[in-house]
Amino acid sequence: MSGILVLAEHDGGAFKKSATELIGKASELAAALGTQVSAAVVGDAPAASLGAAGAGKVYQVQGDHSSYDAAAMASAWKAIVDAASPDVILASASYVGKDALPRLVALLNTGMGSEVTELRAEGGAVIGRRPLYAGKLYADVQISSSPAVFSVRPNSFPQPGAGSGEAEVVTVSAGAQALTTVVETLQPTSTTADLTEAERIVSGGRALKSAENFDNVIRPLAAAVGATVGASRAAVDAGYASHSEQVGQTGKTVNPTLYIAAGISGAIQHLAGMRTSKVIVAINKDPEAPIFEHATYGIVDDLFEVCPRLTKAFEEL
Amino acid sequence: MKIGICAKVTADTDARLSPSADGGSFEFSGKSVVGPYDMFAVEEAVQTKEKHGGDTVVFTVGAESDVLSQLRGSVLALGVDKAVIVEDPALANADALGVARALAKAIEAEGVDLVFCGKQAIDDDNVQVPAMIAGLLGWAQVSRVTAFAVDGTSFTATRAMDGGIKQVVSGNLPVLITAERGLNTPRYAKLPAIMKAKKKPTERRDLAALGLSAEAVAPKVSTSAYGSPPERPSGKIIEGDTDTVVAELVRLLREEAKVL
Ligand SMILES: Cc1cc2nc3c(=O)[nH]c(=O)nc-3n(C[C@H](O)[C@H](O)[C@H](O)COP(=O)(O)OP(=O)(O)OC[C@H]3O[C@@H](n4cnc5c(N)ncnc54)[C@H](O)[C@@H]3O)c2cc1C
Ligand SMILES: Nc1ncnc2c1ncn2[C@@H]1O[C@H](COP(=O)(O)O)[C@@H](O)[C@H]1O
Repeated sequence: MSGILVLAEHDGGAFKKSATELIGKASELAAALGTQVSAAVVGDAPAASLGAAGAGKVYQVQGDHSSYDAAAMASAWKAIVDAASPDVILASASYVGKDALPRLVALLNTGMGSEVTELRAEGGAVIGRRPLYAGKLYADVQISSSPAVFSVRPNSFPQPGAGSGEAEVVTVSAGAQALTTVVETLQPTSTTADLTEAERIVSGGRALKSAENFDNVIRPLAAAVGATVGASRAAVDAGYASHSEQVGQTGKTVNPTLYIAAGISGAIQHLAGMRTSKVIVAINKDPEAPIFEHATYGIVDDLFEVCPRLTKAFEEL
Repeated sequence: MKIGICAKVTADTDARLSPSADGGSFEFSGKSVVGPYDMFAVEEAVQTKEKHGGDTVVFTVGAESDVLSQLRGSVLALGVDKAVIVEDPALANADALGVARALAKAIEAEGVDLVFCGKQAIDDDNVQVPAMIAGLLGWAQVSRVTAFAVDGTSFTATRAMDGGIKQVVSGNLPVLITAERGLNTPRYAKLPAIMKAKKKPTERRDLAALGLSAEAVAPKVSTSAYGSPPERPSGKIIEGDTDTVVAELVRLLREEAKVL
């Protein structure tokens, strides 16, 4: 085996949590397979620092790549893959991992398993396990061509312990041109973590009854526990929350360690977006609400009574 | 301008899925639909045609007997002019790259220079085929688009990225766009249009007609061990008055679940 290559994403030079998460998982797989872990970095970021997470070598295409284009990213990665010739590629199932990664897979004429939540080494190969049909079904995926490419849902694996040591950095040149130009970037109004990467999420549903209640009950609860705000489609359609906050099949797929659902019934399309959350808390006054079948902890009560008290209790922690 | 749409007929979101006892396969019961994101793609293609003129053609890889009535009722009846159905025994078990290769060839053969896809299919949830088509054709691509406009040979698209960030990007045709919810509001088919759709041309192509061999679409991805989602240990309902349950929840989150 010539190793596992992690495509490490960064935001203006700061590596995303997914980068170290994937290097940690790759190290575990590499130990089982008797191979090495390297990383790929496109753009200006402190590549050598990935050594602390467990990457031996880092292949870097330098230069300003902050203006993202799928074609340019895929060909920069392609140049790195040609230099590193890995057997396995791991990347985050982020926007870029859903946009540029399949394009890379087409350029490499190989196969890809999308959004896996588990990875294991078996018989000298890496096998991924992934949800399909919005999480109603799970299956193993194995790639018969090389490199085997997997995108991984963020927060699927623990962060590696912080090590020390610098990775050896190999500079790779890539000549491809971007096919699109970024005209404008519109920042979101909120400053909390993105839903898809958030460790904690507080979501509100139709039961909130108004945007004002949503703002006065759900947002303070989320703020008190450092969570990102989510919403059901019913809440979004009614205008209580914005579409970018929708969790579910036609919204975001999330994977936090803590998901609090207040006044959400737990429709299959909502569950599709959050069922892999590690701990689910449901607050609903209907004891028959399907969300309770999926909750780690359930509170059968009026959310307008529970949430303000819970906000206070979190603030006092 | 010639505008293409890639649309997949899939199981509806409320379909029941039952994995076989050995996990080697699964069955679904429920109805089939054109994927919901593909419907945004259809609407955008029709609106673009209404503004700028041109021809619209929908491409699908699938068995004609499974997909034709949905394509007529949900795509041709909304104003798309023609359907190209790629069907071949070698595509029966195709993976995303095999499907993308077939679609890319069909798109090329039709001389299309603007393609709309859904952001994802709701059965395999792969999010692979559109970017693969763009890669194979060497086209520009913009994913998860919530606003789109074309002017002559240039386009502008707004994409919804991670973290609630939106970006406006521009470029030149040819381009492949994937549709995010919010791009538009799909129209409903009216009866006269449904009747008219019955007479619209549908063409069937096999791999040979596209100049592809069976090897070119041989799958590299194998899927096995189908199963239901991992059961979570059944939850705990916390009993008591409101103050008690709130205090107990916080204790459990800290001491039992260790997430605070
Ligand atoms: C193709 C398709 C895609 C979809 N995609 C999504 C998606 O991405 N995300 C999504 O969320 N949905 C999606 N849906 C919609 C989904 O089917 C449900 O309609 C939706 O999730 C319901 O939202 P809700 O739970 O907020 O509302 P409801 O189902 O109305 O539930 C409200 C809940 O609040 C409880 N309640 C009321 N008052 C109180 C109170 N004072 N205190 C405590 N509890 C209270 C009620 O008991 C009830 O259980 C989709 C549907 C379709 C057909
Ligand atoms: N068999 C197919 N026929 C036509 N279009 C498809 C097919 N499979 C996928 N697509 C297109 O690619 C998008 C993403 O699909 P997927 O990569 O499977 O998630 C879909 O929304 C369709 O636009």
